[in-house]
Amino acid sequence: MSVTDVIEQQAGTPERTERVANDFAIQVATINGSGSQTANLVLLRSIFQMGVPVSGKNMFPSNIAGLPTWYTIRASADGYIGRKKEVDFLVAMNPETAREDVLTLGEGAAVVYDEPLKLNELRNDLTFYPVPFDKLISPVTHDAKLRRLVRNMIYDGVLSRLLSIDMGQMEKALRKQLGKKLKAIELNMAALKAGYDFAETSLPKQDPFVIEPMNKTQGMILIEGNAAAAIGCMMAGVTFVAWYPITPSSSLCESLIEYLKKYRRDPETGKATYAVVQAEDELAALGMVIGAAWMGARATTSTAGPGVSLMGEFTGLGYYTELPAVIFDIQRVGPSTGLPTRTGQQDILSTAVLSHGDTKHPLLLPSSVSECYTMAMEAFDIAERLQTPIFVMSDLDLGMNTWMADPFEYPTAPFDRGKRLDAATLERIKQWGRYKDVDGDGIPYRTVPGDGMPAYFVRGSGHNEMAQYSERADDYKNNMDRLARKFETARTLMPKPVVDMADDGGIGLIAFGTTHWAIVESRDQLAKEAGLGTSYLRLRAYPFTPEVFEFIDKCKRVYVVEQNRDGQLLSLLKMECTPERIAKLRSIRHYLGLPIDGRSVTTELLNQESLAPARA
Amino acid sequence: MTTPAQPAPKRINRIGLEPVAYRGSKTTLCAGCGHNAITERIIESFYELGVQPADVIKLSGIGCSSKSPAYFLNNSHGFNSVHGRMPAVATGAAIANRKMIAIGISGDGDTGAIGIGQFVHLMRRNLPMIYIIEDNGCYGLTKGQFSPTADLGSTLKTGVINDLPPIDTCALAIELGASFVARSFSGDSKQLKAILKAAISHRGTCMIDVLSPCVTFNDHEGSTKSYAYVKDHDEPLGDVSFVPFFEDISIEYDAGTTTAVTLHNGSKVLLTKIAEDYNPTDRIGALKLLHETARRGEFATGILYLEPDKPDFVDQLGLVDEPLAMLDQSRTRPGPKALEEIMESFR
Repeated sequence: MSVTDVIEQQAGTPERTERVANDFAIQVATINGSGSQTANLVLLRSIFQMGVPVSGKNMFPSNIAGLPTWYTIRASADGYIGRKKEVDFLVAMNPETAREDVLTLGEGAAVVYDEPLKLNELRNDLTFYPVPFDKLISPVTHDAKLRRLVRNMIYDGVLSRLLSIDMGQMEKALRKQLGKKLKAIELNMAALKAGYDFAETSLPKQDPFVIEPMNKTQGMILIEGNAAAAIGCMMAGVTFVAWYPITPSSSLCESLIEYLKKYRRDPETGKATYAVVQAEDELAALGMVIGAAWMGARATTSTAGPGVSLMGEFTGLGYYTELPAVIFDIQRVGPSTGLPTRTGQQDILSTAVLSHGDTKHPLLLPSSVSECYTMAMEAFDIAERLQTPIFVMSDLDLGMNTWMADPFEYPTAPFDRGKRLDAATLERIKQWGRYKDVDGDGIPYRTVPGDGMPAYFVRGSGHNEMAQYSERADDYKNNMDRLARKFETARTLMPKPVVDMADDGGIGLIAFGTTHWAIVESRDQLAKEAGLGTSYLRLRAYPFTPEVFEFIDKCKRVYVVEQNRDGQLLSLLKMECTPERIAKLRSIRHYLGLPIDGRSVTTELLNQESLAPARA
Repeated sequence: MTTPAQPAPKRINRIGLEPVAYRGSKTTLCAGCGHNAITERIIESFYELGVQPADVIKLSGIGCSSKSPAYFLNNSHGFNSVHGRMPAVATGAAIANRKMIAIGISGDGDTGAIGIGQFVHLMRRNLPMIYIIEDNGCYGLTKGQFSPTADLGSTLKTGVINDLPPIDTCALAIELGASFVARSFSGDSKQLKAILKAAISHRGTCMIDVLSPCVTFNDHEGSTKSYAYVKDHDEPLGDVSFVPFFEDISIEYDAGTTTAVTLHNGSKVLLTKIAEDYNPTDRIGALKLLHETARRGEFATGILYLEPDKPDFVDQLGLVDEPLAMLDQSRTRPGPKALEEIMESFR
């Protein structure tokens, strides 16, 4: 398993003989393209249906078939849905990684494995459950291709028995997963049952892990962040979408296309109230979005780091010509092609100041699927209000993995279409200039072709208040200063951070996006294991709002926790902090390509504080 | 007391606008630049056809050519975008508001070099717009470097010889799917205007390559895009006449010497054949003509290719009639039932 992560083997861990209910991580190691996705999602959904908080994380290769894949399912009675560093229960299906997968397990873990792999010979401090998968699958079907596809359902059956996951829930989850494919349901059910029966007769329970029914997921949904963002875009009334396929963002536009097809046709004519264009590249995708925005459409595109790099030029154009655009960056691991199927928070710094010249762009930082939904809607409002490109910085972990959430609420606020010139405004302001700051907030009034208002000339070259070409020093500076003023207005419009302040401030943590889930868990660990209370500010947007600086002022020290090598958020903070504030900032960085986990934060923070956990 | 002279009747077009309504800012290009002549023909064409300037959007990339949208149709919205990327902006715009007539001005560098990728996909999509290349075979704004349409063997003022073959943007456009492909010369007012007027009436991509010598950097002996060279090597396809649908078309019709092609709005393009059997709807014939004339060092001018009924990209999207950009919240935010149905699928 060292290809994905290395567990520190802690000496002296007591043997786990007590019962461990609803607090462990299952890892399924397979080969991608082997049809394990159905089995994994059925397992996840079954636990969810039993009312136990659960999360699923897919660690997959940049490849279609034949390379190792790990799927981790974490059940947590306490509701921790970040990644758990330790694997407690391994399902070893991949001969190539099985040995390493087993060798890196912590003491006391359990292993279900394909019998011929003889993994039980590797260690004597684990519980081993050999399962003869080939033998069990042969009576299920004679078709070799189908055998391969449903073979993985056997481990679901085995786990159902070993972990006390209700078979009725397994069947329900399977039906939900496969919909109306009756033949497939029948075959999968047979495989599931074969696994269950085998475990019942041949595998006496020897490990402590069990799933017990709870009531902590009632009414909730299981969804991926990209689907959530797509729903948000549709509800925000997007009318133009241009995109270029790239992992891990493709599923956002693909989901959006499906929803638009279904819900955005004119009820009378059946015609589309939207257009989606698959562009020739990301440059064109954002160019099309800018073109549509110029006409007054709500337009969006979705991409990942390499696409954002290509969009730099058009982002600068959008900033300088003041046209709205909503860009989703589902961050993956760079630099360059990097690790396309792994997660990180590596684009924050470069995106905040994307493009040449003096540019700054608002960023929204969702940390949950619910925020993918709400921030998608907010993004369109803020982009039109500020007349500028805005980035929604999700990541692969949030975008492509499955998360629990309360059902999304129907939006009550009407769209904010921003400052559009109309007859009444024209009467009030007398002389209209496209780039004239009438209201003192740096935001001018705009017109769009076909609205009956005066026309103007959009240009990426220097311009004056009247949108005329100008190279005059005063025109240039006035315009740039107004844009800076507009960015100050942005601070008042961005979602405020969520702050949990300890009475004395004390040790503070600042994090954003999916790092949140590790922080939630780490803070509990710090309190429980080292008696260290902490304050926490979850950042939800850039530019920073005053709460961020107040937080730093109140804390003794502040750890900025993020998923990149260079402390990118730290750098952004330093750009705006006084020397006194900068002196308080420390940094915790996680960049393995895997989602950050609470334990890593706890260990690193205690290390920097020169404290040792009480339990060690 | 003298009787004041009766003022001359104002010249107005069929929608009651004077020519000045079609003019733009004063040009800042070099005196005698072919691009200015093209600008004049654009102004005349829109005026004469009586197109409402508010119904037009004008776009460009970067370069000398791309400055020209500022010099015509002051009452139209304009967008001087980034180098080589005007097709993307035009694509978004044309889809977001399908009621607008889009005209884009590019150059041979903006199209043939930095913008060739977007050009290719614009042609392939047959996006409804007029795409003009003001083609002088050099980079004027950066002082005369070769562009990809510079002819093999042509020389820079410094004596450097171009040893790469040119890209024929017309052949490329025909190959890729543009439904209206023409070539003209900035100095040929009559032909250029007729082509432009036909283009305004066509729905689909109208790719017009206009040879437009650079008087400062590329109008010298050794340049195949100099005035002298083009005048000697121009092979007109014939006398192009354009008859708008609101005029009586019978007067120009003279069977036997002309080919009449009906455009989407009922107007007709009449091509007087010089080349025997030239049929502008024959794609292979058009490509053959381009290759043969190029081999002789000549430029075939006129409407080279026309496919009047080809579906354009916007039509293929199956959009509502109103411009997407103008749809309000009641049309674009699905009701609570839709969200509830979606949530149910994730339970």
